[in-house]
Amino acid sequence: MPPYAPEHVCHFDLLNRKYARILQGMLNEIGHFAVILAFAVAIAQAFVPLVGAQRNWAGWMAFGAAAASVQFFLVALGFGILINAFVVSDFSLSLVAANSHSAKPMLYKVTGVWGNHEGSMLLWIMILTLYGALVAWFGQGLPARLKARVLAVQSMIAVAFLAFLIFTSNPFTRQVPPPLEGRDLNPLLQDPGLAFHPPFLYLGYVGLSMSFSFAVAALIEGRVDAAWARWVRPWALLAWVTLTIGITLGSWWAYYELGWGGWWFWDPVENASFMPWLIAAALLHSAIVVEKRDTLKSWTILLALLGFSFSLIGTFIVRSGVITSVHAFANDPERGRFILWILCIVTGGALTLYALRAHRLQSGPAFGFVSRESGLVINNLLLIVATVVVFVGTLWPLAAEIVTGRKVSVGPPFFNAAFTPFMVALIVVLPFGAMLPWKRGKARVTVRNLRGVAALSVALGIFVWSVQTGGRMLAPVGLMLAAWLVMGAFWDLLLRARIGDVPPSAAWRRLQKLPRSDWGKAVAHAGLGLVVFGIASITAWETEDIRVARIGDRFSAGGYEFELRTVNDVKGPNYVAEIATIGAYRNDKEIAILRPERRFYPVQRMPTTEAAIDMGLTRDLYVVIGGDRSDGVWTMRTYIKPFANWIWIGAIVMSLGGVLSLTDRRYRVGAGAPRAGVRPAE
Amino acid sequence: MKRIILPLFLLASPVAAVQPGEILDNPVLEARARALSKNLRCLVCRNENIDSSDAQVAADLRMLVRERLMAGDTDQQVLDHIVARYGEFVLLRPTWSRGNAILWLTGPLALGAGLFLVTSLVCSSRRRTGGQPLSRDEATRLAELTRDD
Repeated sequence: MPPYAPEHVCHFDLLNRKYARILQGMLNEIGHFAVILAFAVAIAQAFVPLVGAQRNWAGWMAFGAAAASVQFFLVALGFGILINAFVVSDFSLSLVAANSHSAKPMLYKVTGVWGNHEGSMLLWIMILTLYGALVAWFGQGLPARLKARVLAVQSMIAVAFLAFLIFTSNPFTRQVPPPLEGRDLNPLLQDPGLAFHPPFLYLGYVGLSMSFSFAVAALIEGRVDAAWARWVRPWALLAWVTLTIGITLGSWWAYYELGWGGWWFWDPVENASFMPWLIAAALLHSAIVVEKRDTLKSWTILLALLGFSFSLIGTFIVRSGVITSVHAFANDPERGRFILWILCIVTGGALTLYALRAHRLQSGPAFGFVSRESGLVINNLLLIVATVVVFVGTLWPLAAEIVTGRKVSVGPPFFNAAFTPFMVALIVVLPFGAMLPWKRGKARVTVRNLRGVAALSVALGIFVWSVQTGGRMLAPVGLMLAAWLVMGAFWDLLLRARIGDVPPSAAWRRLQKLPRSDWGKAVAHAGLGLVVFGIASITAWETEDIRVARIGDRFSAGGYEFELRTVNDVKGPNYVAEIATIGAYRNDKEIAILRPERRFYPVQRMPTTEAAIDMGLTRDLYVVIGGDRSDGVWTMRTYIKPFANWIWIGAIVMSLGGVLSLTDRRYRVGAGAPRAGVRPAE
Repeated sequence: MKRIILPLFLLASPVAAVQPGEILDNPVLEARARALSKNLRCLVCRNENIDSSDAQVAADLRMLVRERLMAGDTDQQVLDHIVARYGEFVLLRPTWSRGNAILWLTGPLALGAGLFLVTSLVCSSRRRTGGQPLSRDEATRLAELTRDD
């Protein structure tokens, strides 16, 4: 018998598989244990540094930084092990069995880890502990007491959520005996969008925990100064940037995945991420005032507390199931109650502390009605009012049912009507506010500076109105506002470079020397203008065509021609599909081939449509095929969406503005104390 | 292949959003129907209007809207008819009623309260510091600082 007879191989193989299974099981328990250990560390970290800061014990304060690192590594270990369980399709974990399948493509095995409640909660917590660790790693320049208190507060939040995870939503729960095959992931989630959308979203709204912890620490200390704002602002900005990216990705995902090109639904879960975004935007603006003018302190603290509170409200909305939403996480009233308790304790505790201590924060120097400070106050006011509208609209169905027993719906038509006016007002005042000088300005001067930009914007509006020969005012007004924002932002830069006063070459040099934060501000504001442009265009000018077509039919829609050529059956890794081939023509020239699909996922018994989109800067051609009929006739939906992509391009430009501002020398994360001799009024 | 797939599709195939057969010949009526559909909720869906919903109930409602429009109803009459049958829950835009007053007034009230708060704060801070005009030195320093800022 040769030494490597098949029986031997088989025998070894079986043995190996048995050991592999045992090792895999041990690994799962190690992950489980790591998360429990992180919980214990978090409890210690919530108290020891706090006591240390109170008693001025250096060793106890230093414990915070070490514990924060350990806590993060433990949670990350648990998360890594959970990813591994999904990758090897270890169905002995009930989470894997319920949300994965061995035939699922590898990308979706990994992203499926956070495509469910338990796994996404672990990701949420990992990001929370990551922020704690970042304070520990980059916070050398922070006063030891402030740092210790921040870490303790951050850890209190971690205690609450680790308890929530371990006691109500344990991702490491085992299932005996393990099923042979998993139940697969919801097909709508089997998309590259899942890889980036939730992590960015969580980086954003969990990132607001940082400002929250700094705010609570400042209240305990009873002191807020420019150095505090210098620390909080970059973190708030970072949270806002990642939240912007996360929301944008989600919107784009909905646009191409849901099959008719909607990009915002005012769904409760979208609102849940939008409210913290609005507050974060307000916070990062008011933090500028604290940093540069040493005023609006207690207001900024309040915003920092509210920002993370809205993140928690969002978490509650997404995971409790009290509000119906298109985003279906497995909901459970017990979990809802637990999060509600966390929300009450965290927000209630913080606001009580605020009520007790806020008066200790010295209010800073006064400012005139016409000043940059006032401009930023108006910005904050409008953003907060808009947030309140979204908040009340989101919770209204719940409140109305509890109070009066009536069942009512609050949908997009309400939000469009009630939310938009405040955004329009914000856009109208934005370029003025951005150009006003600090402390005291003259309205006349700023108005004069912006006269040209205003005239050009209005002219553009009138032009658009006359080109589209009257009709709805949406496009003319929208484009006018967009132009006002974009031109206003760059005109501000040019004025700073003293264009007109100095020779162009000198102005160019001055332009290059402007601080990055000024560039960031202009880019972010212009990005908002691009978003407005995209929204106005797609809403006002979209064309839609719904028809039945046979193979070989050719029809025109919105200035383009389309030809349905073939429809083929195709087998994917875990689905079967019908793929249509459609030629798109402009002036009899073929410009694109579109391949929309209808898929069926047998494990989840769920059909999905995959739209085909030919993207462009001026328009998207968007084709969906459906209504499969046995007689060779197909339902085709064709949309021409003008300037659709500018919505997302604009949002990304906005976040780029934030990144530019973050790289400013003054705000670089981890930058030291202010340079000697520089006054806060710089 | 086709033969394997088809039964599966038929098994779970939903009725997709607005069907070609549903569209009215009169483009004005159809446009009104589409606008109305966007304000009506699909009752069995999680948070969708009947215009984009795939459910059978939504298709029925779309037909009902079109039938009423064909019969000569105004938009409001169509909505009233549907609310009478299915309740207020079907409206995605809540009505202007006493019960919903707080909802609709949230924005204006919050703005009013905010403006009041802000003006009183700015005023009180100005009173506290006397609101004196800048001295010549301060003015120069301010001009110097704000030039680049």
